[in-house]
Amino acid sequence: MAVLQLEEITMEFGGLRALDLVDIKVEEQQIYGIIGPNGAGKTTLFNIITGIYLPTGGKVIFKDCLLNKMHPWDVARQGIGRTFQNIRLFNKLSVLDNVRVGSHGVSKSGFFGSMLGLPSSRREEKMIVEKAEHLLELVGLGEKKLEYADNLAYGEQRRLEIARAMALNPSLLLLDEPAAGMNSTEKVELMDLIWKIRNEMQLTIILVEHDMNLVMNICEQIAVLDYGRKIADGPPEVVKNDERVIQSYLGAEA
Amino acid sequence: MIWQQLLNGLTLGSTYALIALGYTMVYGIIQLINFAHGEIYMIGAFVGLFLVVNTGLNIGVALLGAMAFCMVLGMLVELIAYRPLRGRASRLSGIISAIGVSIFLSTLMVLIAQTNTRRYPDIFNIQTFQVGDLQVSSLQVIILVVATLLMIGLQLLVQKTRVGKAMRACSQDLEAAYLMGINVNRIISFTFAIGSALAAAGGVMVGIYYNAVWPYMGTMAGLKAFAAAILGGIGSIPGAMIGGLTLGVLEILGVAFLSSSYKDAIAFGILILVLIIRPQGIMGQKITKKV
Amino acid sequence: MDALISQYIDPYYLRILMLIGINIILALGLNLITGVTGQLSMGHAGFMSIGAYTSAILSMQMGSPFFLSLLAGAMVAAFFGFLIGIPTLRLEGDYLAMVTIGFAEIIRVFFLNFEPGGKAVGLSGIPQNTTFVLVWTLVIIIIILNAKLLSSRIGRAFYAIRENEIAAEASGINSTRLKVLAFTAGSFLAGLGGGLYAHYMYFIRPQDFAFMKSIELLNMVVLGGMGSIPGTILGSVILTLLPEMLRIVAEYRLLFYGALLVILMIFRPNGLLGDVRVYDIKKKLQGKKVGLWQSSN
Repeated sequence: MAVLQLEEITMEFGGLRALDLVDIKVEEQQIYGIIGPNGAGKTTLFNIITGIYLPTGGKVIFKDCLLNKMHPWDVARQGIGRTFQNIRLFNKLSVLDNVRVGSHGVSKSGFFGSMLGLPSSRREEKMIVEKAEHLLELVGLGEKKLEYADNLAYGEQRRLEIARAMALNPSLLLLDEPAAGMNSTEKVELMDLIWKIRNEMQLTIILVEHDMNLVMNICEQIAVLDYGRKIADGPPEVVKNDERVIQSYLGAEA
Repeated sequence: MIWQQLLNGLTLGSTYALIALGYTMVYGIIQLINFAHGEIYMIGAFVGLFLVVNTGLNIGVALLGAMAFCMVLGMLVELIAYRPLRGRASRLSGIISAIGVSIFLSTLMVLIAQTNTRRYPDIFNIQTFQVGDLQVSSLQVIILVVATLLMIGLQLLVQKTRVGKAMRACSQDLEAAYLMGINVNRIISFTFAIGSALAAAGGVMVGIYYNAVWPYMGTMAGLKAFAAAILGGIGSIPGAMIGGLTLGVLEILGVAFLSSSYKDAIAFGILILVLIIRPQGIMGQKITKKV
Repeated sequence: MDALISQYIDPYYLRILMLIGINIILALGLNLITGVTGQLSMGHAGFMSIGAYTSAILSMQMGSPFFLSLLAGAMVAAFFGFLIGIPTLRLEGDYLAMVTIGFAEIIRVFFLNFEPGGKAVGLSGIPQNTTFVLVWTLVIIIIILNAKLLSSRIGRAFYAIRENEIAAEASGINSTRLKVLAFTAGSFLAGLGGGLYAHYMYFIRPQDFAFMKSIELLNMVVLGGMGSIPGTILGSVILTLLPEMLRIVAEYRLLFYGALLVILMIFRPNGLLGDVRVYDIKKKLQGKKVGLWQSSN
């Protein structure tokens, strides 16, 4: 059964059609890639899924639940974590605190409970810290947990975003250009990380990425967007050899 | 009766608009609420008064003198209190610095001129015309004409000249403007100069119209002009004009039909209501969140 | 205890210590709103005046016991904070600043015309129930609760909203709800500080709570370092002492005050203590370098 289903998604910005009747179906525990030239509407699609934009038309269905009109925080609480193309960390918080904030949607302590340090809050806090430390180890930032987030190197910041998104215990993880700005060693490490996350935590991953090598290697299913339209989808071998894809995208790079 | 109030409101509103323009232009370029702007307006009123009383200059020349003086003062304030903060401090630090300047300038004026209210000498020979039911004073005509001319001049400057184009570029994207070879510091300085000159013109005209000049006149006028700029949509030049006029008219109508003891609350009440209905102001662009 | 203190401390210094305590409470409230959550409020004195007038009127005209008046003042201020917060907190940064200025001005004009509050003359003869021990006990309790809150789930969410609202929402933070919460809690402290102030000063007038008072409180938060509790305390202490120390320069006092604000912002643009938090100190003890921060907005 599909975890996430986008049906005829259309998005218009003041007459400009950024997405045009896009259908996408993502299966459980898949690594799904979305590619396409700049301005094809990939990030817009992410913003629609996570409730930042309200689509002009179409449906976003996540595990039988209609996400369209939900606030971003409610979408997050459904179990959808994401990273951002232009890194959005809490710069003046420590690396550890960044990940702890990530747990917000799946924890409960309220205003008075937090302030008075009630036992339930303290127990929860301990679990949050343990989980955060575990996630930081997973992405290889355990050593840096007390740094300010904006003191990290670029690649480290991207990994911190992944750890923060993971703190939400998501069943669906959206990665927006996770490899941007990384060197080739870092990219290999990133691929390992993505595999590891998927296999260990059994979740579904959708990623938007420009690095063809990475996408073709890691994704089991790929959709290609061009000018807001989906022009192809299927496994990497199929997409790679698709006439229209080569013409409008891959060909231009070769 | 309503037309009379409308006319009075437009007169008041055109002076709010002149001050609001300075707020909005500065904000458009460096996103700073220049809280010292109200003090520039106050000092403009004092310089005009000084020139008329002590040198016996013609009021038109005194108006230009006040504008020139405040141009320099505005540039100086930017140079000393804002430029050192640029690029290395949060916007809030800029606001605090502006408040520091505001306190400094109003206290300085208290030390120079004492706190008592001063009046422009009676040299204008104000006449009142009867147009239908309307009482129009020559002073109102002069204020409306001068304010309109200044605003047309500003619009021409911003839309038609090279420096105006540079100003618009800076308000779109300061960094990109810098990379395109625009001397950003000079444009910011110029913006402060123009805004301050307009505020000074407002100060002189309000000083004559209400026949009162005192060191704390800038505080409330500054706040209301800022409200006008927000009302129109901050960063938008036509917005500041419309916001100023709207606020002036509504305030006068409010005083006439509700109560004069709530005068200062009316402007802010209107502002809050408008912002709740239309958060970006009357002319402001709705900003789509960029992700 | 209070008798003992007033015996040994000079009344002048005692008065300054009292004002420092009250200002710390007020500034910690504003710190929650502006310093921590990043919502620029320039009308804190308005909420302070609601607390001051409510509690004073209750004490004087209803014969309510002091603690009840104090609590009622804080609650009414919090209620107004909540009320004004709901529609306005979706406004972006400086628009919110304007609304808070406007709201505080409306409150001030309201009290200028408010018969039971003595209109422009104000209220005098408020029982002087605020004591040194009470103020400083409250200061200590509020600092502890504040520190606990800021290191908790809710406090982290406040900081996250300041740092990056979109990323905070993507982490499941209901930013609207939490902003209203910060505003309500901050207004509660403003009302509490106002009540203490009224019952200490014996007499209050609408102009005690004008725009300049809001600015003074904002200065305390920014000067010490946005979002930091030690910073806010330091800012409150310095800015309460400064006008006293500047008495030697007599009528030039405000001139120096204004100039000092500019100079401090030029040399310490992020406040005296920046965003000093516990882990910075821990790291310093470990001998590692901690980066300076620059605010992103």
